[in-house]
Amino acid sequence: MSAPEAPKLYAPREPIFPRRVSGFFRNMKWVIMAITLGIYYLTPWIRWDRGPELPDQAVLVDLAHRRFFFFWIEIWPHEFYFVAGLLIMAGLGLFLFTSALGRVWCGYTCPQTVWTDLFILVERWIEGDRNARVRLWNAKWSFRKVRLRITKWVVWALIGLATGGAWVFYFTDAPTLFVNLLNGTAHPVAYTTMFVLTATTFIFGGFAREQICIYACPWPRIQAAMMDEDTITIGYRHWRGEPRGKLKKQEQNKQGDCIDCMACVNVCPMGIDIRDGQQMECITCGLCIDACDDMMDKIGKPRGLIDYMALKDEERETSGQTPIPVIKHILRPRTMLYTFLWAAVGFALVFALFIRPDIDMTVSPVRNPSFIVQSDGTIRNVYEIRIRNKHGEERPFEVALIDQVDLAVTVEGTDDNIVLVPADTAKLIRVYVDAAPNTPEASNDRTDFTIWVTDTTNDDRTSENTVFNGRVN
Amino acid sequence: MTTRNDKKEVETTGHSWDGIEEYNNPLPRWWVWVFYATIVWGLWYTVAYPAWPGIKSATAGYLGFSTRGQVEEQIDAVNASNADVIAALETADLATLSEDDALHGFAVNMGSSVFKANCVQCHGSGAAGAKGYPALIDDDWIWGGRIDEIAWTVRNGIRNESSWDARGYGGVMPSFADTFSDEEIVATVAYVRAISGQDADAALAEEGAVLFADNCASCHGDAGTGSLMNTRAFEDPEYVVADGEMTGAPNLTDAIWLYGGSEEAITETLIEGRAGVMPAWGIEYRPGFGLTDAEINAVAAYVHQLGGGQ
Repeated sequence: MSAPEAPKLYAPREPIFPRRVSGFFRNMKWVIMAITLGIYYLTPWIRWDRGPELPDQAVLVDLAHRRFFFFWIEIWPHEFYFVAGLLIMAGLGLFLFTSALGRVWCGYTCPQTVWTDLFILVERWIEGDRNARVRLWNAKWSFRKVRLRITKWVVWALIGLATGGAWVFYFTDAPTLFVNLLNGTAHPVAYTTMFVLTATTFIFGGFAREQICIYACPWPRIQAAMMDEDTITIGYRHWRGEPRGKLKKQEQNKQGDCIDCMACVNVCPMGIDIRDGQQMECITCGLCIDACDDMMDKIGKPRGLIDYMALKDEERETSGQTPIPVIKHILRPRTMLYTFLWAAVGFALVFALFIRPDIDMTVSPVRNPSFIVQSDGTIRNVYEIRIRNKHGEERPFEVALIDQVDLAVTVEGTDDNIVLVPADTAKLIRVYVDAAPNTPEASNDRTDFTIWVTDTTNDDRTSENTVFNGRVN
Repeated sequence: MTTRNDKKEVETTGHSWDGIEEYNNPLPRWWVWVFYATIVWGLWYTVAYPAWPGIKSATAGYLGFSTRGQVEEQIDAVNASNADVIAALETADLATLSEDDALHGFAVNMGSSVFKANCVQCHGSGAAGAKGYPALIDDDWIWGGRIDEIAWTVRNGIRNESSWDARGYGGVMPSFADTFSDEEIVATVAYVRAISGQDADAALAEEGAVLFADNCASCHGDAGTGSLMNTRAFEDPEYVVADGEMTGAPNLTDAIWLYGGSEEAITETLIEGRAGVMPAWGIEYRPGFGLTDAEINAVAAYVHQLGGGQ
């Protein structure tokens, strides 16, 4: 009969009040925030002239017409491997950066981090810095507390709305949708999407924050597999800092450099103490480094008590050895392999992009029936040909067999075998290939031949090999 | 290297197995509330939507939603959005239909569905036909290969008892079993094979030519080229139907055989006789499940563009 008191299996979230900090990494985070948010919010508004038949939005995911537009590149559904390739590159890129620089994605560019950072900034403007916020948190509800809370939530909600709003602009013409959203005539899906993204931005950035990284996101757990003792991550030089203590005891010369000022803890958006060593919550954002460096400057000690460093160096420094140069940490077989794979996929995609044709065709022989007997004994095969015109205007295409005198081709519904394919469209046509009676083609089981399609505007040609089935007597 | 656990006393769950204890890492409380919320949502869902199985069916659900109902709604929505073009197709002039790309394209697609639902049982999904059921993709038409002629055939059918306007009403290939002796049948078969360019005994064929002229030419024509369907008979009341016309007697000199061109097949045709029937598909002849005017025009447009249309 042990366990007199049952342990608590659930714990409330401990609120975190990150203090304002300034320094190199903080500035870098501001710049990256401006760039990433700028890209996200402004991209849909960039115009790109593609002629009268096609949308003039530079980046557009046109789900209705199954097209993806990216500046001068247009991706059709059958070219989805470009998107798959980009996703593979994104994945390998994350592998590379994680194995070289640890959770740098989490600390600087992850949308959760960027928006949380923005929300904390808003929080600080409205409610004050860390101490004011702690006081407000502990204060009883009053008019002032309600006013500040509501102001903060409204600003958060507006940011959330702008976030959801920007998202829907990627899927249809942004200026048109903007007007439609305002006068209430936009599609319900647009409003629903905006509502969901506004709500998630509001909740994730305002309240869930580090809980998302710790409990919801799988990426921090996966990253552990890519990190090793050479990975650059954030460490505390405990050999230099310990034993820590208040500054006045420093005179005894037995103290380490850490004056236990808690600056590194107070600025941490994840609410951890980096001096405890690497832990799963740390997103390596570098704010504790800025906070500590600032303090070291003030007490006249060298910077770098908390610093970006590899675990291997932490051990070497502790045992009195010199650290390994950063470049040697980064250039190791693992990172070189990731770089090679990343570049290989990238080159393959660029190559594929350059050899991509403007016209394209697929031939599917109709084998039901495999051949048709005409009244004069002519043997006919039917083919369904899909011609893709990727140009911005309607073009005439001629279907022909070249140097295959014993077979004749006819396109259903035409006199001259020329079909007009509208701009940016795949057109399905029905094509007849005839073998005259008593020719070898008419009686052979199979005759291989080639169907050619020529863009008569510029004589671009494309071809496909297929088979003619005769009547075997 | 220091870690958090070196310094802090970590709470355990109090369980101990062979000296192994379990750390207590408490779940965040909001997570537990989300878990409860999903349970509440699940219960609400089973009330709002069809869920609980009964003996014969499941509970209908408070919201009255069903996927079948949703499909019906979607079909109604599509029909409503197509109402205008279907109305246009209903009254379209078939002779000039192919000039209107949009309407013709719609008709062909709609006709493809109509064909798959109603016609493939006999004519095959590729419209290649079968013995006794003509191919619709070749250039041989017993009842006319113009788009309006095809529509007429679809609406009224062939040799049926539903429509007075059925094709070839009363015109059948009779059995010659009683008329011809066995030798005469062999001779006639030889002649028919000879005029269609197949191997045949020349002496027998010469003998069969006389029999053909006396017994077969009235329908199949003196040269055996068949009685070609002539719609003018339907369009113009003054038109005088010539001998053998409108019977649907096929051309016997070409390479296409509705019942087969071998000696055995032609012999069978002569002995058994032939009278292929196609039902009348117009909705006026089969109320409830016939084809509407728009559907007939659509399927005619579809068949017409399969390769044999005239």
